[in-house]
Amino acid sequence: MTMTATMPNVGSGGLPDAVGEPGEPRAERLYRRMRFIRRFEESLLDLFERGLLNGTTHACIGQEADAVAIIEHLGDDDHVFSNHRCHGHFLARTGDAFGLMAEIMGKPEGVCGGIGGSQHLCAPGFMSNGVQGGIVPNAAGIALAKQLDGGAGLSVVFIGDGTLGEGATYETLNLASLWRLPLVVVLEDNAWAQSTPSSANLAGSIRDRFTAFGLPVFEIDSTDIEELDAVAGRALAQARTQQGPVAIVIHTYRLCHHSKNDDNRPADEVAARWKLDPVEIHGRRLDASARAAIDAGVESALQDVIDRALSL
Amino acid sequence: MIAARAIGDALRAALTEDDRVILLGEDLVDPYGGAFKVTRGLSTDFPGRVRSTPISEGAVAGLSAGLALAGYRPIAEIMFGDFLTLCFDQIVNHIAKYEAMYNGKVTCPVIIRTPSGGGRGYGPTHSQSLEKHFLGVPHLRVVASSLVHDPGAVLRALLAQHSPVLLIEHKLLYPLHLMLPAGGRIEGDMAEVHTSADGLPTVSIRPVPREDCSFTVLTYGYQAELARRVLSRLAVEEEIFGELIVPSQISPLDWEPIDASVGATRSLLVLEEGVEGFTWGSEVAARVSARFFGKLHRPVATAASDPTVIPSSKTLEADMLMTSERVEQAIRKVAV
Repeated sequence: MTMTATMPNVGSGGLPDAVGEPGEPRAERLYRRMRFIRRFEESLLDLFERGLLNGTTHACIGQEADAVAIIEHLGDDDHVFSNHRCHGHFLARTGDAFGLMAEIMGKPEGVCGGIGGSQHLCAPGFMSNGVQGGIVPNAAGIALAKQLDGGAGLSVVFIGDGTLGEGATYETLNLASLWRLPLVVVLEDNAWAQSTPSSANLAGSIRDRFTAFGLPVFEIDSTDIEELDAVAGRALAQARTQQGPVAIVIHTYRLCHHSKNDDNRPADEVAARWKLDPVEIHGRRLDASARAAIDAGVESALQDVIDRALSL
Repeated sequence: MIAARAIGDALRAALTEDDRVILLGEDLVDPYGGAFKVTRGLSTDFPGRVRSTPISEGAVAGLSAGLALAGYRPIAEIMFGDFLTLCFDQIVNHIAKYEAMYNGKVTCPVIIRTPSGGGRGYGPTHSQSLEKHFLGVPHLRVVASSLVHDPGAVLRALLAQHSPVLLIEHKLLYPLHLMLPAGGRIEGDMAEVHTSADGLPTVSIRPVPREDCSFTVLTYGYQAELARRVLSRLAVEEEIFGELIVPSQISPLDWEPIDASVGATRSLLVLEEGVEGFTWGSEVAARVSARFFGKLHRPVATAASDPTVIPSSKTLEADMLMTSERVEQAIRKVAV
């Protein structure tokens, strides 16, 4: 496991309770970051139920480890493009929980003045958009800019298994490979595209879709952040040393519904996957008192964020 | 100088003046130099900054968006305007949205150039003027090349601002010589240039002073050249006097020169080559009718091509497109 990853200075203005306290042991920081994302998402669902939010949201409950593991290995020169399910990526990247909460509440103090809302976020080194596939060439364009700049930065794009249905994805894989762009495609395969299982959406092999274009593929089926962190470290290290794009395929699971109250998946399937809850898997590794202290810190910081955003 | 060469020179100047300008498109590099040869020579002189792409219009538009978000000034060429359909998601949901939906935190100044229009017998999928589908897209400028606008000045103005641009170039204009206003005239006609706050020109052309013109014709692109020839001939041969207004930016419109002319002539005809129905002309008619309610001599007239596919057959194509004959018929109706 890589122990020397840089913290993203991009998020240095973020909440310590979201991105980690200075000097905090790595294992605790990883847990804190996942726990914060989990509780942020759960709080949003609660705020929706209380009628305090409008519109929609796509929670990443169950996928927190992907966001944290990848973004732990990014620095200021790198750029992240995310999709509709972007809160975890945003929080891991920026730690700006208040800006995100205010944005989702539609307040002028939100990161995009309340115009973007849940799916359309912009912060230093981070953007997201809600249309499937289109962000992939956008991220490749940012990668081309980095190549032309002659710098060392990577352009990282998070997509889901459902996005593999979009032609723009493959047009971009071809171009990115042809032009040896510093693009990292992170595919979070959470087994379901809205209400449709992967088995009804995807022919052939996910890995082969990338290898066909000449991308090295780092594939992992895990919700354990230590395993994900190790793979992310190797993949991003290779992306920084080789010329050309890299794919990271993470087989994971969405523990919550797609957006709100729209879950028709088999209850026993979902229940079985809760046993692989990434926050719990890693949380069990921590000393009980350290874990409780982090939980309390996260809770208090998050409550403060919610209270401040609600009071706007 | 012919329009294709002038546009090529404008692109060359942009590449020379700003390192951030990058040209992307299918078959751009030498010796081919683009399907219509507009970019010939540029890849040789600006290696790495003028790139041929795979046949992936959506990705070309999407890549351009990313470049623009990162501070570059991409100019993409879509080989035929018909293929803009393959870029629609990028233009509408990405390129034109980013600045506004991120509340001004970024800009996405992509310029997409595309040869458009019929008259070459290329048939249903290589002849269309699809720009009407992009008119009114918030935060997107739609600009049309014409012989009476200097492509270099227009491109400089577009690169001096940050809104994304769809730049329509009618392919029949490419081999024609520019007819830029000089000394207040274009050939024998009076010519006046009105420049918008954004530096984009609208040219007004009239054979006699405006107060002696009995109607206004508003159009752009190749239709503007057809209308100019017809109006010039009608003035000389029949003493029928109309004023021609040719904007470079067709959406959003700079209304000032249009209103100035219609305010004097009280009669307006709007021409376009795109197919009729829910058109540029309908929008202009609605706006002008509202502003000049009760003051017009006749209802605003519009003319466009027939609402059907564009046949490959030369005669069938000429039957449905806005040809010179149809332009003249439309003008005679408002000239009575």
